[in-house]
Amino acid sequence: MANLLIGHVFIKMFKTKALIRLASLCAIIAWVILVFSDITVLFSDLKSLHSGIPTWLPRVMLDVFIISIFYYYKFRIERDENLNFTDLLWKVFATGLIATVISLAVRLILFLLGSTKLATNVIFLDFVYQLHLALFINFLIAAFTSWKRLILYQKSKWLLRAWLAFEILLFFILIYDSIHITISTTITTTAIIITSLLGVVLSANMRWVAYLNFKQKWTSLLLLLLSIFYLVYFLYSVTIWSDVISQQSPVFLDFQSHIFNIALLAFVITYMSFSFLVVLFNLPTSSVFEQKLEEVVNFQRISQSIQTEQNEESVYNILLESSVSSVFADAAWLEIKGSANDQRLFTYQITEMETKDIHAHLEKNNIRGALDQSSDKTKNLSKHLGSLRSTRFRSLLAFPIKVKEETIGTLALLKELPDSFNKEMTRIVSTFANQAGISIENFRLMEEAFQNARYKEELKIAKTVQQSLLPTKLEHDADFEISAFSASADEVGGDYYDTLRISDHEIALIIADVSGKGTTAAFHMSQMKGIFHSLAQQGPNPKDFMAKANKALVYCLERGSFISATYFVINTQAKKIYYSRAGHCPVLIYCASKNKAEYLKDKGTALGMVRSHDYCNFVEDNEISYAAGDVMVLYTDGITEAKNNKGEEFGYERLAHALQENAQKSSNEIEESVIKSLYAFSGSEDINDDYTSMTVKFK
Amino acid sequence: MVHIKRLQEEGADIIAIVGDIDASSSIELDLAIAKSVGEGFTKILVDCSALEYISSAGLGVFMSYIEELRDKKISFVLYGLKERVLNTFSILGLADLLNIRDTKQEAKKLANELSI
Repeated sequence: MANLLIGHVFIKMFKTKALIRLASLCAIIAWVILVFSDITVLFSDLKSLHSGIPTWLPRVMLDVFIISIFYYYKFRIERDENLNFTDLLWKVFATGLIATVISLAVRLILFLLGSTKLATNVIFLDFVYQLHLALFINFLIAAFTSWKRLILYQKSKWLLRAWLAFEILLFFILIYDSIHITISTTITTTAIIITSLLGVVLSANMRWVAYLNFKQKWTSLLLLLLSIFYLVYFLYSVTIWSDVISQQSPVFLDFQSHIFNIALLAFVITYMSFSFLVVLFNLPTSSVFEQKLEEVVNFQRISQSIQTEQNEESVYNILLESSVSSVFADAAWLEIKGSANDQRLFTYQITEMETKDIHAHLEKNNIRGALDQSSDKTKNLSKHLGSLRSTRFRSLLAFPIKVKEETIGTLALLKELPDSFNKEMTRIVSTFANQAGISIENFRLMEEAFQNARYKEELKIAKTVQQSLLPTKLEHDADFEISAFSASADEVGGDYYDTLRISDHEIALIIADVSGKGTTAAFHMSQMKGIFHSLAQQGPNPKDFMAKANKALVYCLERGSFISATYFVINTQAKKIYYSRAGHCPVLIYCASKNKAEYLKDKGTALGMVRSHDYCNFVEDNEISYAAGDVMVLYTDGITEAKNNKGEEFGYERLAHALQENAQKSSNEIEESVIKSLYAFSGSEDINDDYTSMTVKFK
Repeated sequence: MVHIKRLQEEGADIIAIVGDIDASSSIELDLAIAKSVGEGFTKILVDCSALEYISSAGLGVFMSYIEELRDKKISFVLYGLKERVLNTFSILGLADLLNIRDTKQEAKKLANELSI
């Protein structure tokens, strides 16, 4: 596809080049024939001979020459899209320059020849004249084509039509000239009037001038002035020679009798002078136009800065820069109030000391709501600066920068002249300030979204870690069956349970709940797992286990964090459970002989709460016996604190009841029933806490 | 949601907690206690009569001040706890570490005794 396109462009380019060559060849041939035929006609007329060359030939050849030149420039100038306005003027100027140089060279030759026979020879003079005429027409048509592009810049439909009509009229004039028959003077006059009117109307199209910057305007003026000079010079030279020749030969083809040339000349001169004057008078306002353009660009920069830049700082810098350049401020500063005491200051041509002085001065004079952050109104504070002697500034304009209705900073602009901020400037800068506010708001929203995404990702990882810390297989024994359940809310909790076989007849169990949520909870949970696996192996009694675990954890848990846990050792030989509770939910036991589920009452403080050695005074060793059919339920507070839509908690009563109802079933079924009744109570399976339970059924 | 009010009575700073204390509102409790300690009160009473629920994070706040209060010899007494809230404290073993009384009078009395 791309190749095709390039190929197409290439062919087009090649075609254009060929056409340019063809046009120039035609022009040269036509001119050579024109010169020869004209000289022959002139010569035979002088000698009163019959030349055999028809008198119309030079005229037709002149038409062919003109049309060829016209097409030559059509391809050279009109079709070239790379040319800008000054380039067009430059082309006209360059054509004029070359023509003038050639003309001056001919004049030099004439001067060197002096008053020799050749110099006064009519035929030689005719040649010189034809050369000048060709250069002149070439120059005129180059200008004509350039003007066409300038006039048709930002063209409308009717403008295109008017131009087409103008070209057709000129063409008819050209044909009419060569036929050399006067049809009717009224028609001729009407045609000339229409052409001139059209020419003037078309010449009024000067939109391109507005798009020139100051420098380009100066260049244009110079180029136009020089082009006018060349034109006048040529007009003068061609007129002189034609006068000289026509005095000697009546058949001489005077260019002045050629209406086309006159019309073309008139049009080119009109537009040239119009342009010159318009550019000249537009010079003083060009800075305003440039200023407006710059404002638009600045505005765009502020609104796009978020996409391209990576921080708020660049937005502030762009805001400061744009505001200063838009209102020609002599100095400016931008203060941004960040979180608590973190104030950032961006300055332009002013020191921090000076801003503080101005601040202090305004405060001293009790001018409220100016630079102070609570102000939400744009204020012109110029009059108050008058009384501050130490500063060179006499005008001050302050703007609040707001993000989500909240003022986050102040932009202050300063000028050395009094009363130099007008309404227009205030409006522009306030637009800038608003846009900057929007940009910053967008930036913060984006940052937040990133932050959230990162946090979610972190949680996901923490959750995976937490899940992997829970055992996949629990220790079973001939004496009991065991099953566990754990479900967690979106937020990562810190529920942990595990089992470990100490010896043939001893099995350790643990259930723990780490305070807090998220990654730290998962981290502490992994520490707990480490402690359990290393300490339980040595088979300490439960109280010792807690004391050692506390000692180990005190160094890792931060202030305010703790772990509640219950540690059990089931001795299947003695049919006893030894346990120690450290701040965890009380153990729920179903006694088959009594057919009653109840909570064990004992004391124990959570791990990490007491940081001294006397922690062992806060935990105790407990033991109970078990018999076949007894059930022990371990759980975390997520279950007892689960709420229904009325805000009631599931509570200890309901849990005990659920166990008592289902105690005859297997451990698995008991657990399922308990969880089912929990979900039935809370009314949904959307949990907002972690539910963990471990059920042991003795056989 | 929680509302925490502070008022001074007979040289004691009374922190009244109204509502629930969960992970997010525990920060307010932490701030209130920190302020009270920072202002140099030697007797701080916590009115829990309108405290409906306290999460482990809230308990962690009380726990985290135990050592500092002991070091600075500040008498710190909680009173008026609802049964359910008190239960939470005792399950965790915090009831043994903190001074908890039923009424304001008892709490004041204890605070005065402790500060001697």
